[in-house]
Amino acid sequence: MEKPLTKNFKTDGSVCSLSEYEKRGGFQALRKALKMPPGEIQQMVTESNLLGRGGAGFPTGKKWGFVPMGKDAPRPKYFAVNADEMEPGSFKDRVLMEGDPNLIVEGTIISSYATEAQAAYIFIRWGYKLSTERMNKAIAEAYEKNYLGRNIMGSSYSLDMYIHTSAGRYMCGEESSLINALGGKRGIPRTKPPYVVTCGLWGKPSVVDNVETIANVPHIVSNGAKWFKGLSLTEEGGTKIYGVSGKVKKPGWWELPMGTAIGEVIQEYAGGMNDGLQLRGLLPGGASTSFLTEEHLDTKMDFASMAKTGSGLGTGTITVLDDENCPVGMVNNLESFFARSSCGWCTPCREGLPWVSRILNSMEAGKGEISDLEILREHTVFLDTGHTFCALAPCAMNPLRSAMQYFGDDFKRHVTEHRCPWRD
Amino acid sequence: MFSEEEKKEIDVELGKYPVKSAAGLEILKIVQKYRGWVSPESLSEVANLVEMTDDELDSVASSYNHIFRKPVGRHIIFICDGMACWLKGYDKIIEYFKNRLGVSLGETTNDGRFTFLPSSCLGVCEQAPVMFVDDDLYTNLDLEKIDEILTRYK
Repeated sequence: MEKPLTKNFKTDGSVCSLSEYEKRGGFQALRKALKMPPGEIQQMVTESNLLGRGGAGFPTGKKWGFVPMGKDAPRPKYFAVNADEMEPGSFKDRVLMEGDPNLIVEGTIISSYATEAQAAYIFIRWGYKLSTERMNKAIAEAYEKNYLGRNIMGSSYSLDMYIHTSAGRYMCGEESSLINALGGKRGIPRTKPPYVVTCGLWGKPSVVDNVETIANVPHIVSNGAKWFKGLSLTEEGGTKIYGVSGKVKKPGWWELPMGTAIGEVIQEYAGGMNDGLQLRGLLPGGASTSFLTEEHLDTKMDFASMAKTGSGLGTGTITVLDDENCPVGMVNNLESFFARSSCGWCTPCREGLPWVSRILNSMEAGKGEISDLEILREHTVFLDTGHTFCALAPCAMNPLRSAMQYFGDDFKRHVTEHRCPWRD
Repeated sequence: MFSEEEKKEIDVELGKYPVKSAAGLEILKIVQKYRGWVSPESLSEVANLVEMTDDELDSVASSYNHIFRKPVGRHIIFICDGMACWLKGYDKIIEYFKNRLGVSLGETTNDGRFTFLPSSCLGVCEQAPVMFVDDDLYTNLDLEKIDEILTRYK
């Protein structure tokens, strides 16, 4: 099984040095890319069917295709790597930046070249101290070797790369909010159109791509679109970093072919549930995805297959709910997070999420009423897509709606028994 | 007045962006590092430097969990309340801190040693439960471990 994203990872947690990275073929993809016209790289990425790994699964090549190119394009253009990774339950981008920062730097340079960007920003969340430290070192070393800076490796292409560390705001993970935050404004979403690919950072064309997405780019350039598609078990190209957290025997992450089944990841790689515990449900890719249950364990974890379940691949990092924890309590934890994370811009989200959170809190405290269930259900309709300014509140409703569907009896017990059955 | 150390670090940040205001957040973090928190006077000073009004910069500052607009203790404890940490005993840890330090989330101990804050998911879910004390990450927490960790911060 080929593992291009993690092949340079050290088992002891140390980091692969630049010279070692070069010895293992590192920066050969950049050398090759600089001899290709940017459009050709875009074409290759499109053919590879690389889908954005931030959670939405938008085709990367297609996104790049929207960037104005050539002599008449507005300049400077920017490339931003989204390393904010604040989706609860997700940790794959951290793993990649800590494990092989040189790959992230090379991927960013090639992606910037493919979209003719003059500057690249890595937008890293506050808490990723080790990622930041290692990325800073990798960038400094890339400058020394002229992989960055003026006339990269003797070509006519020049690029500067900077790290921006955020200060903790979930909303900044959304691309237009990230662009606002990076540009010095409050990190709230923008009206679209215009999309950031044409009018982004300081009004200039900007691409925002996830860490895992751009980590694939050097390998696609080196080995071709056909090879990349061959890594996957389904139509969607490449490998995927999957993860599992919760009460399983071996919580962790693994690079596996795209389309590996949920059950295989949990059973074979995470070792199954801790002794004495049963699996009750799972969130397949972060807090914004819908709960799934045992009946879905055969589902292939790619974007298309997961969408058919009514949930989604999201970030591909699974959180497992066991039978010792209360489903209502878990949803309460999630909705209190979403309520805190609302930027307050639109009314349904600003008022609705705290309302949901208060109700769940009171249910957990034994003060819920039967009528609360209907109020919760109404929120899953009125905070859904089309009623809000951005996707935050609709995403927040995914775990609630699905939990009420799969764990309906647990919700009922809370309001009829006036207590949380999982507490003394 | 910015100190010499602050000025040095501020210049690095200003060099990263074509627009001064874009460095606002990073400069607030520098100021906070040396002064403990961002007072109204500090905010004004930074706003002036990056050519923003105080309100504009505060709209940035107030949107982040890690910019402190009120005085805090000498050390900050961020307890991760992400769902993986919740599944693995977050409630017990919060309870323990309340008993051990006598503070609830959002409060500072009477001796000014610790400020105790919640943090949304810290992205280390496979090693839950986790917390930060200042810039140090601690993973796979249990109550004994927490006791030992706290003795390192005076």
